[in-house]
Amino acid sequence: MSTHVFKPDLPPPTLSVGVLGWLRANLFSNWLNSLLTVVALYLIWLIVPPVLSWTLFDATWSGSTRADCSAGGACWVFIQNRFAQFMYGFYPPELRWRVDLTVLLAVAGAVPLFVRAMPKKWVYAIAYLLVYPWLAFWLMYGGMGLEVVETSQWGGLMLTLVIAVVGIAGAMPLGILLALGRRSHMPAVRVICVTFIEFWRGVPLITVLFMSSVMLPLFLPEQVSIDKLLRALIAVTLFEAAYIAEVVRGGLQAIPKGQYEAAGALGLGYWRMMGLVILPQALKLVIPGIVNTFIALFKDTSLVIIIGLFDLFNSIHQATVDPEWLGFAIEGYVFAALVYWIFCFGMSRYSMRLERRLHTGHKR
Amino acid sequence: MKNVKTTLASVVAVAALGLSAQASAGTTLDAVTKKGFVQCGVSDGLPGFSYTDSRGAYRGIDVDVCRGVAAALFGDANKVRFTPLTAKERFTALQSGEVDILSRNTTWTSSRDSGMGLNFTGVTYYDGQGFLVSKKLGVKSAKELDGAAVCIQAGTTTELNLSDYFRANGMKYTPITYDKSDETVKALEAGRCDVLTSDQSQLYAQRIKLANPDGYVVLPEVISKEPLGPVVRQGDDEWFNIVRWTLFAQVNAEELGVTSANVEELAKNSKNPDVRRLLGAEGEYGKDLRMPKDWAVKLIKQIGNYGEMFERNVGKGSELKIERGLNALWNNGGLQYAPPVR
Repeated sequence: MSTHVFKPDLPPPTLSVGVLGWLRANLFSNWLNSLLTVVALYLIWLIVPPVLSWTLFDATWSGSTRADCSAGGACWVFIQNRFAQFMYGFYPPELRWRVDLTVLLAVAGAVPLFVRAMPKKWVYAIAYLLVYPWLAFWLMYGGMGLEVVETSQWGGLMLTLVIAVVGIAGAMPLGILLALGRRSHMPAVRVICVTFIEFWRGVPLITVLFMSSVMLPLFLPEQVSIDKLLRALIAVTLFEAAYIAEVVRGGLQAIPKGQYEAAGALGLGYWRMMGLVILPQALKLVIPGIVNTFIALFKDTSLVIIIGLFDLFNSIHQATVDPEWLGFAIEGYVFAALVYWIFCFGMSRYSMRLERRLHTGHKR
Repeated sequence: MKNVKTTLASVVAVAALGLSAQASAGTTLDAVTKKGFVQCGVSDGLPGFSYTDSRGAYRGIDVDVCRGVAAALFGDANKVRFTPLTAKERFTALQSGEVDILSRNTTWTSSRDSGMGLNFTGVTYYDGQGFLVSKKLGVKSAKELDGAAVCIQAGTTTELNLSDYFRANGMKYTPITYDKSDETVKALEAGRCDVLTSDQSQLYAQRIKLANPDGYVVLPEVISKEPLGPVVRQGDDEWFNIVRWTLFAQVNAEELGVTSANVEELAKNSKNPDVRRLLGAEGEYGKDLRMPKDWAVKLIKQIGNYGEMFERNVGKGSELKIERGLNALWNNGGLQYAPPVR
């Protein structure tokens, strides 16, 4: 008996495997997709090579004056020349180690907070939050043995970070209190919180800054002036607190009533109920919203340009009007965009990590 | 909660204080002498007028005006602190006493001088709207611009001046407006328009941004009046005189040939009575101003005369290379004129 020998399988048509198959399935599956692919490729070809040659290949990387920038591409010499000013503003160069030390302490001090196995983390966190701000203020501003550096000399990325960090650190607790107050059963507390939130949410930040800078001095007696930076810090904090309050309130509303009742049944008072049962769940839920607000805050710090504070963006703007470097505004703005992007992207990645770790239990 | 109440209470208290402060304004000079420096409001960035160099020092003609006052008062041009102000903040900052002098490319107009409780002490720079054209166009005068496409920044009084000028001269033009002044420069470079119009001091700064600055020229016509000068609060004549005569001394010094290089020598040896009076070698003119006897010597030594200040910041000594034009001395075809010291 002869056995039937099957012929070996034919390979699949060449057009459905490998690179060609992938291309066909994903980019050229029908005439519309083919057309879109061709248009997209054309756009990429149109945009990417000039951008790359401007930023990298034709760019000037070394030199010291504008005369060195004749290659036709970006003039990164301008950024190098002003880099220290973009970072520290007018902070005296010989004292800049104090700013570096402040940042270093912030990072070093925060590291234990990220160690998961660390015991008594809460105690450490509170101690850190109570001690560090004073230390940072002393290092940056001076006094008590250190030379005083007026806040008008602060600037650059340092100022941006000061405004953002103070805004975030101040707005978060204030926002939580406001959110709790808004859901309070005490009418007076509720009315005050609602009024506060609706007032600050109803006005643009630019108006708040402008009022603090233009209207406030008119009410103060002559020769008395509140530090400009302090005014901006207070304005930013109050403003962002209103937004945080609404984000947190969203989280509070998502917690089922049973949780409140169960906490009450265990005999927990209001603050313990909130602190131990409700807020830990609610805050976990609204991490994306909170981080969203913080990212917006970080970018909004550039609005202090209208009250004449030299944050990162304004420092760059200032440098572009130096007659020796006129005409390099684009390089400056590209650099600003890059720095802002690094920080905002970092915050966004961190929030994603935090969400994964806290495992909110609402994953799809 | 409690915060809100305290805030309200303090706002009321502060408002009450504000009212009482209006009634008893001390003299600015006393306050400045007491704190030991002049607080000066400058621009948040304008090439040649006020900007910061790579070492973080303020520079520019508006900046030097304030340094001049400090040099005259304290003998030290560095006894001054700067507050960068935006266009909208500037008058409030002066009115509220945040700054002692506002030196921020501010145009002297009747409404500002009379309606806002301010006084302009003089003119540091006679500005005005002008035209920047490519040399290839072969135009020598703005009168030849009939039918031109004009690049202009939107929403400024320059638009109005432009239309007035062309209508008055019976010429036609096509306005091409942009939001940012940088865009107007790009448009001129790309040939979208034949002419760029803006204040002359700006035109020179914009010319630097062009790839080939030498291929463009600023036409001689000035079609609007924009006298820029320092501003002080109204009602304090003593301070007003000090700021005003600081500038006058610089203009007089240029007219008399006194420069930062020869001022100390002239103060000792000059025979010219005008020079001797200006530099305090004769008479008691500093005392009347409540300033040191040798105030003008210190001023000229550290800041220079008007011409030196001009050339260093915006003229030949700078990247801008602005012509003296209207800002030349009166005996040299310009408008800079100062009353004599006697």
